Amino acid sequence: MDYLIRFIQMHESFRQLEIEALAELHQLQFEWLFYSNESPFAIIRFINTEDPEGAAKSLISRSILSLAIHELWGIGTDYPTLHADVRHRTQHLWPQYLHSTFRFEIDAFHGSHSQASQRAIIESFSYTAFQGAIRMHNPDNQFTVFEDYTLNTTVPKRVYHGRRVAESGRKAVTKYSLKKRRYIATTSMDAELSLVTANLTLAAPGKLVYDPFMGTGSFPLACAHFGASVFGSDLDGRSIRGKPDGRNVHANFTQYGTSPLYLGGFVADLTNTPVRAAGRGGGRLLDAIICDPPYGVREGLKVLGSTRAALQEVVYLSDGTPAHLSQSYVPPKKPYSFVRMLDDVLAFAAGALVDGGRLCMWMPVAGATAEDEGEEEGGEEYAVPLHPALELVGECTQQFSKWSRRLLTYRRLQDSVIDHDRLSAYQTTRSTAQNGTAESKGTADDLNDFRRKYFQGFRDPTIPRKHERLPHTF
Amino acid sequence: MKLLTLNFLTCARKTCKATAASFPLHCREVELEQVEMDPNPLFIKNMLPRLDWKAMKGLTQELGLPQLPNEAPSEEELQGADGEPTQVLNDLHTLLMETSVVSGKLVCGNCEYEYPVKDGIASFLLPSHMV
Repeated sequence: MDYLIRFIQMHESFRQLEIEALAELHQLQFEWLFYSNESPFAIIRFINTEDPEGAAKSLISRSILSLAIHELWGIGTDYPTLHADVRHRTQHLWPQYLHSTFRFEIDAFHGSHSQASQRAIIESFSYTAFQGAIRMHNPDNQFTVFEDYTLNTTVPKRVYHGRRVAESGRKAVTKYSLKKRRYIATTSMDAELSLVTANLTLAAPGKLVYDPFMGTGSFPLACAHFGASVFGSDLDGRSIRGKPDGRNVHANFTQYGTSPLYLGGFVADLTNTPVRAAGRGGGRLLDAIICDPPYGVREGLKVLGSTRAALQEVVYLSDGTPAHLSQSYVPPKKPYSFVRMLDDVLAFAAGALVDGGRLCMWMPVAGATAEDEGEEEGGEEYAVPLHPALELVGECTQQFSKWSRRLLTYRRLQDSVIDHDRLSAYQTTRSTAQNGTAESKGTADDLNDFRRKYFQGFRDPTIPRKHERLPHTF
Repeated sequence: MKLLTLNFLTCARKTCKATAASFPLHCREVELEQVEMDPNPLFIKNMLPRLDWKAMKGLTQELGLPQLPNEAPSEEELQGADGEPTQVLNDLHTLLMETSVVSGKLVCGNCEYEYPVKDGIASFLLPSHMV
């Protein structure tokens, strides 16, 4: 049997990658028989599976961007072809549902039906001759007719029929809603995308996940929801310590009942990270790294250090003691380039992830969409960063009105398959860049193209606004 | 900060990382806390090969906690024949997951820099002349 996944029609570019990640996690193989970003219905077929129904249940149980998975009973371009397909695919199955209780439902995407016409559709399936009682609550089986309309048309372009196998894990979105979370901040990632990102990292019981830009802990919370043990750090200690009234990262874990999975947070800078690399007594540490680095707009993009010459040496207080040993000492921070930060994340991931371990990282893109009116310069200021030890698994894009952000997912390659010439060339380039002074000085705007464009309102400052360019026509 | 997490951390200074003395960090004037929680045998099993066992053993000596054996236990020692967690696993759970540093200092064996821990949260920030 083939299976129909009923997706939600949102975050389309994330949907396939999420399902593929869940298949990898559960060691399932399947192929996409039909998928389109324009449709909430996709058809898949499992390969090498004795128990496809069990596979379907595992595949969907954690999915955030789908609603449910159904056993596909038929497809058609209209009702006559659908009915013919249903007969062809499932006639041999009807006897086994003869006496079970059931419920029949219509799920019309971009369309609707009056009660009478719903009834007419349902009755058109009466040839299956089920005799069981109809139950609206907890029926043995639920059958659904799916209709896919082009917007503002009255006839569906495609119709499907299916028997529901299992619901997705989408209820977690409500549970983790930021509105009900005890401790959040201005840049907390919303529950839905946090959970999707956690799915893409393959977070699961027994695994260790690290977030180097933890903030209020949205990502670690989402990973812990899926059973992974988590820890995190942030350059801004205030975000981890939280408020004096007890609202802090740990309280969030307590709220969701996952505090045993929280290994703790600490204050640190990724460019001077205390997390050890492999090569000592232990092996590489992390199963996954999940992060949303600061874009330098709402959260400053900074690292430890100072651009002032006087602070490159030990500073002594008037009583002769070094300033940095005083209780109230606050280490200085300097602006940093976003591109270099992304490279630092990748280099860190290459050294800390186990083979097959995943890095999921968000990055902003100005002016984004290709379909936009072309008003923006369409510039992508940051190319997708790459590392010889990391394979890009996929990119997903979330659109906003004037910018967008991308979620990049990487997989750590085994040492044996890494191209070592490329790796050593990469390391040489990187150390040259690190020692170069060109990017270590400068204002936040000089270092960060996205920030500059953001505050210019994503316009090319040399081009006047649209209405000023309109020709006079009389 | 759980004692397990301590095993993941070294001195934050780039110049120290290459030296053997920068790991593990040494505990000085630390206050420990023990919070009971349900064991997570799968996680402990996965972490065992990634731990630096020598550092773990050194830490228990430094803190005056019950001694660990010289070699890390094998996977088989964590689970009894009946599938129940063994004493070895329970002891590891108590040590790695239930015991944490609430306050004190973590000191690098190479540069002697002290990283403060307050309310269970360590700070690895460095003054500008050290980065």
